[in-house]
Amino acid sequence: MRYLPLTDADRSAMLAVIGAGSIDELFADVPEQARLTAPIAGLPNHASEMTVERHMARLSANNVAAGSVPFFLGAGAYRHHIPATVDHMIQRGEFLTAYTPYQPEIAQGTLQVLFEFQTQVARLFGTDIANASLYDGSTACWEAIAMAGRITRRNKAVLSGGLHPHYVETSRTMAKFTGDVLDISNPELVADPDDDAVIAKIDGETSCVVVQYPDVLGRIPDLAAIAAAAQAKGALLIAVVTEPVALGLLESPGSLGADIVVGEGQAIGVGLQFGGPYLGLFGCREKFVRQIPGRLCGETIDADGKRGFVLTLSTREQHIRREKATSNICTNSGLCALAFSVHMTLLGGAGLANMAKLSHLRAKQTAERLGKVPGVAVVNRHYFNEFAVTLPKDARQVVRNLADAQVLGGVSLGRLYPQVDTLSGGLLIAATECTTEDDIAALATALEEVLA
Amino acid sequence: MNEINPSGWRPALGAGSVPREIETFTGNRALQLEEALLFEIGAADRSGVDFDDVPDFDLSALGPNARKAAPDLPGLSEPETVRHYTRLSRQNYAIDLGVFPLGSCTMKHNPRLDEKVARMPGFADVHPLQPVQTVQGALSAINELAVWLVKLTGMHGVAMTPKAGAHGELCGLLCIRAALEAKGDPREVILVPESAHGTNPATAAFAGYRVENIPATADGRVDVAALTARLGPDVAGVMITNPNTCGLFERDLKVIADAVHAVGGYVYCDGANFNAIVGRVRPGDLGVDAMHINLHKTFSTPHGGGGPGSGPVVLSEALAPFGPLPFTSRQADGSIKLIEEEDAHLEHPQAFGRLCAFHGQMGMYTRALAYILSHGADGLRQVSGDAVLNANYVLRSLDDVLDAPFGPAGHCMHEALFSDDGFADGFSTLDLAKGLIDEGYHPMTVYFPLVVHGAMLIEPTETESKAGLDQFIGAMRSLAERAVAGDEMLKSAPHLAPRRRLDETLAARKPKLVYKDA
Repeated sequence: MRYLPLTDADRSAMLAVIGAGSIDELFADVPEQARLTAPIAGLPNHASEMTVERHMARLSANNVAAGSVPFFLGAGAYRHHIPATVDHMIQRGEFLTAYTPYQPEIAQGTLQVLFEFQTQVARLFGTDIANASLYDGSTACWEAIAMAGRITRRNKAVLSGGLHPHYVETSRTMAKFTGDVLDISNPELVADPDDDAVIAKIDGETSCVVVQYPDVLGRIPDLAAIAAAAQAKGALLIAVVTEPVALGLLESPGSLGADIVVGEGQAIGVGLQFGGPYLGLFGCREKFVRQIPGRLCGETIDADGKRGFVLTLSTREQHIRREKATSNICTNSGLCALAFSVHMTLLGGAGLANMAKLSHLRAKQTAERLGKVPGVAVVNRHYFNEFAVTLPKDARQVVRNLADAQVLGGVSLGRLYPQVDTLSGGLLIAATECTTEDDIAALATALEEVLA
Repeated sequence: MNEINPSGWRPALGAGSVPREIETFTGNRALQLEEALLFEIGAADRSGVDFDDVPDFDLSALGPNARKAAPDLPGLSEPETVRHYTRLSRQNYAIDLGVFPLGSCTMKHNPRLDEKVARMPGFADVHPLQPVQTVQGALSAINELAVWLVKLTGMHGVAMTPKAGAHGELCGLLCIRAALEAKGDPREVILVPESAHGTNPATAAFAGYRVENIPATADGRVDVAALTARLGPDVAGVMITNPNTCGLFERDLKVIADAVHAVGGYVYCDGANFNAIVGRVRPGDLGVDAMHINLHKTFSTPHGGGGPGSGPVVLSEALAPFGPLPFTSRQADGSIKLIEEEDAHLEHPQAFGRLCAFHGQMGMYTRALAYILSHGADGLRQVSGDAVLNANYVLRSLDDVLDAPFGPAGHCMHEALFSDDGFADGFSTLDLAKGLIDEGYHPMTVYFPLVVHGAMLIEPTETESKAGLDQFIGAMRSLAERAVAGDEMLKSAPHLAPRRRLDETLAARKPKLVYKDA
């Protein structure tokens, strides 16, 4: 077995040191009736690298890769171009095969990356501080709601209808067990987001308002107005960003008054990966620092007075506080944070703005072209790189028909909201700098045929 | 004898030997390179990415929140970026560099084939919401891994989506909670042994339970009498790690499970240490109802400097109906159906809900599947055998110079536990651990489990060679002797790493979490 260095001679010599007759003897503490005496039946034995690679390649080939066809999906996961450098850097064994930096003297590489990552996220979000990442956007969203409850000592959260339904469902799962009350609504296929409805729901018991920016239909809420309304009632505004590239062209949520900003970092550096692993981003005001979930990296000095970095404020965490911890999170998304950071470093502020501008341009061109397809209407007044259209048919079936025509033509709202009949004709369309003019033409033509 | 230089000749150093302790202009020390912060070397208008020229166009579709200026994020050109991160990488210790004996973390070799397959376009470049007909291969991969996990553990089903071990614990407890509530019998208490990993009580509290600790016996295992005495109608379940955090097999787990089941509770097993028993023991045979499997431990997906992990939870027949959405189901025609919210009321009506967006950690599934297929049923059995052999070899090679509290009682499982008993006054486990850094190793897990004073938990894993272990053992023996003798140099170790000991108190007292321009 190519991954196991011990030879039979090694094993015999080591057993002699131990004073055991066989490896099986080392398992004497396992009750005999539970001890398997042979490899588990019905499972194949070991295979060569070539054999495994062939099997996995066959599975891979049985998918339609996003890059192989005109592609317009978003809804919380976006296909941006990732420079080759990103993957090379994250495959450095010193990053890839390191552990959580609990021994800072020999983990300054990971720690400095985390410090830089935290700074990049804070600047992108317009927050004072940021943490070293969480699992993904949906879990970060819940962690923010829970944190707002700890800060305000209230337990009623108002969720905008524009919040991604998977984020809503994740939060709903958790809230069932923590006693938090979530005010949930569905989006409507109208030109503007539900800012006024959200503001009307805020009262003296509200811990937080959760608003996606841009929202799940791609509309752009007036965060400043919602922040002012929330803060007037002592509630916090949590802004949720599922497409961070948008912040290359839109004002940051922090600068508009959000108290906590969370998001999904996947669009920068991580890739689609069928939904995971992704990257939870979390930023907030500095005064909340001792309530933040997840790991934090901080600057300090070593015994010689040299600048260095350590994981800090760990008294919030489970390995110290056990059942009193701010969160049970142990692992974060370190390598994805590195990928995000490398990509962001390659881009810089000007590069991010350029990528955002191209994405917006392609979305605009797509919207203009699709608006000319008979029966199709663009919903949004404003958008960045994603918008909703209404179709004269159930969009779920249209998406399947488009796929048969080798076009991945968006995400149907029916898939996201299967119980909401009024949304079944809605289709979400996203474009990025990867989208070409040929792709847009192919989508429009295929849609015309499918709807004909 | 040095074969290329039998005479023992040395290169001349010129007039006056250069002292070893020298200051350099750069702060670098040859291959040990210092690296400035990105914010000190980058600029917002510098970039390592070229885009097609963007024509000026009407930006009014962005609405009133359009940005007035580009974000304040420094960029670097591509060569500068490559150098920045490469230089930083060299300040890290990693499995690729040597023994990484962190107990309970299973730092084993990460096969490069797994990296290659995870990047195949049918896995890496597919969107989670593509029509199901266009992702049959990806769903098959998830389903294949699920079948392996169920068979290796002797369980009934598996929830694939938890994103890490602690997330898996949460998933398991939510299944227990949903099952009890379905019976109209919500309960309040989860019992956790005092040797448990900190995530266990944190997770139980997060899931709304009251945590009660169960003591350990003198031989490092759960006190069965104390546990069964506490059982009653208010106990929702127990969380037990097996093998436990002392590196010992909980011999009485089946007895415990039967007792818990008799009072209507459930058994959660923390599977963090599954590497010790994979292919040799099936938790399902021991009465376990739920167990998370850290794919980043047992099935060797890379730790990545702190994630991403992946923590699928295998479930018993009693708990499987309550597992979260989504999941995959192989149909009679061989195709894979994805059960999401749309079909849940028909196919999985008791699901407790959703744990995260999309389908979990696909990139970890493909790596773990490649790892499992490479080893096969026979290879995985050899994995646990060699892991336990290596740990016992370390235990018996060091127990004459270090106190092994449970050593006299018999063999350990996949990790060897020592205490600081016998060190000179004022010398601690931390000193020995930092000394290990100077010897070119990552320290073992220290001060955990809490039930042993100054604990040192060493998990060598199966991917260390005997020669590699012999050198590690030599270093440990030398350090143990210095700690017993009271060698002051050890108290200020490490001396040779990129940084000396760091001031963690300063970092926590005045948190500086982001770079601010001077």
